[in-house]
Amino acid sequence: MATNTLSSTSRVRRTLTTQEPSWVRRALIGLALAFLTLFLFVPLILIFYEALKKGFDVYFAAIIEPDALSAIQLTLTVAAIAVPLNLVFGVAAAWAIAKFEFRGKNLLITLIDLPFSVSPVVSGLIYVLIFGLQGWLGPWLAEHDIKVIFAVTGIVLATVFVTVPFIARELIPLMQAQGTEEEEAAVALGANGWQTFSRVTLPNIKWGLLYGTILCNARAMGEFGAVSVVSGHIRGSTNTLPLHVEILYNEYNFAAAFAVASLLALLALVTLVLKTVVESKITQPKENADEHRSV
Amino acid sequence: MSRFKQHSILPGFNLALGFTLLYLSLIVLIPLSAAFIRTTELSWQEFWFAVTTPRVMASYRLTFGASFAAALVNAVFGLLVAWVLVRYRFPGKKLIDALVDLPFALPTAVAGIALTALYAGNGWIGQYLEPLGIKVAFTPIGVFVALTFIGLPFVVRTVQPVLEDIESELEEAAAMLGANRLQTFLRIIFPTIFPALMTGFALAFARAIGEYGSVIFIAGNMPMVSEITPLLIITKLEQYDYAGATALAVVMLVISFILLLVINLLQWWGRRRSALA
Repeated sequence: MATNTLSSTSRVRRTLTTQEPSWVRRALIGLALAFLTLFLFVPLILIFYEALKKGFDVYFAAIIEPDALSAIQLTLTVAAIAVPLNLVFGVAAAWAIAKFEFRGKNLLITLIDLPFSVSPVVSGLIYVLIFGLQGWLGPWLAEHDIKVIFAVTGIVLATVFVTVPFIARELIPLMQAQGTEEEEAAVALGANGWQTFSRVTLPNIKWGLLYGTILCNARAMGEFGAVSVVSGHIRGSTNTLPLHVEILYNEYNFAAAFAVASLLALLALVTLVLKTVVESKITQPKENADEHRSV
Repeated sequence: MSRFKQHSILPGFNLALGFTLLYLSLIVLIPLSAAFIRTTELSWQEFWFAVTTPRVMASYRLTFGASFAAALVNAVFGLLVAWVLVRYRFPGKKLIDALVDLPFALPTAVAGIALTALYAGNGWIGQYLEPLGIKVAFTPIGVFVALTFIGLPFVVRTVQPVLEDIESELEEAAAMLGANRLQTFLRIIFPTIFPALMTGFALAFARAIGEYGSVIFIAGNMPMVSEITPLLIITKLEQYDYAGATALAVVMLVISFILLLVINLLQWWGRRRSALA
């Protein structure tokens, strides 16, 4: 609601002098849409077209085939471990960074963002250097018959690495903007740490938390490069959904590859819908406040 | 302790910071340092030789060239998309705004096979390009296409908020003083959004350099021609050449860190610029 009133006032203010001629507007819109159609919409449509080209029977057969089901199960398992770990980390990091003043804070924020700038392949490789047969812990792990690389543990570790920043980087600016007054009031009134967090902080950050979790989950389920390095590609055992797509595609089984890919594309679309919904929940209070101030 | 941290009555600082540092060390810092420590097993000459062989040099040229070209295209069209989304009204705008983030949400392997099927000789787009003598799939152009897809949201999402914040008074003043729309754009609007545009460009470039999943399907992966550096790391790993793979990984990491520094400087520049304005 707030967005509508806001943009309508600015539209009134945007008079002829600050508006392009209509042919320019149409040409720019047309060019932007052409670019997005070519690079976004056509590839998206193609995934579903290729998946269903040979009919629903082929489609469902590719999805309920045992290797595909085990890939789905593994992907869900990995996300179910990686996302909660990064959720706890994100809340802890944001609490320390947003609610307290200490030296080296900016360095800490940069370090949290680090995994975003590391190539997925390198993200996988570093775990091979530690847990692989030739790695630091390799001989010890082999002695005790523990497998990390080419096993589920390695996949979880690589996934946790690439998704570390997602929740923390949503919460830090949000909690910084909210300040510490409410928590300080709660503590002054006798609330303990847990009560302060769960009754005061958590209700304030719930949408930001959900937002970060949605993005974190999408990346955790879709990660390819890092997982590919540590997985060993063992069908029915260490194959996640994206890796299963690759195997099917390399076997020229295109219909099945796109069928499995369409599941991941659906996940992406659901992610975008949830993201848009949650985004409006986050920005609405802020825009209401803005509007209030300008009035 | 008192000099390190300002006093606060809120509880949980030691626990929260302690856990954060422990987690970050175990998951991120120690594993990343492993790459640097393991390369010290090589002498400087061995390291230099491993990261400058002709095949590796060819992969740098492709990775950086295609990433730069893709980031440039994204800077131009990302600015255009951001402009259209902020300034104009048209049907389906909300849907399109939401879909801009698709490359962030779509797993890279899925993007890779979709783009390959699209641009292959018999694909929806490839069939029209092939008669013109343009081959996209399984050539360096394919790498460029995949990296353009991957980097698409960065410029849009960095420029969009800055464009939304521009006060229309400034533009009105420019118009009253006799500037036409193009002059207003070039002299008023463009300088304001330039730091954000550069940040978006750098983010798209940094992401493209490390990209793997979407590229390997469409690239064809021919050594010396269409083989990207991340793929070369995997190839070396599969040949049990751990030292060679690690050396290349260190090169990639150093470049990523430099880019991260550049991006932080650009963001600082943008914030200072908007604070002054």
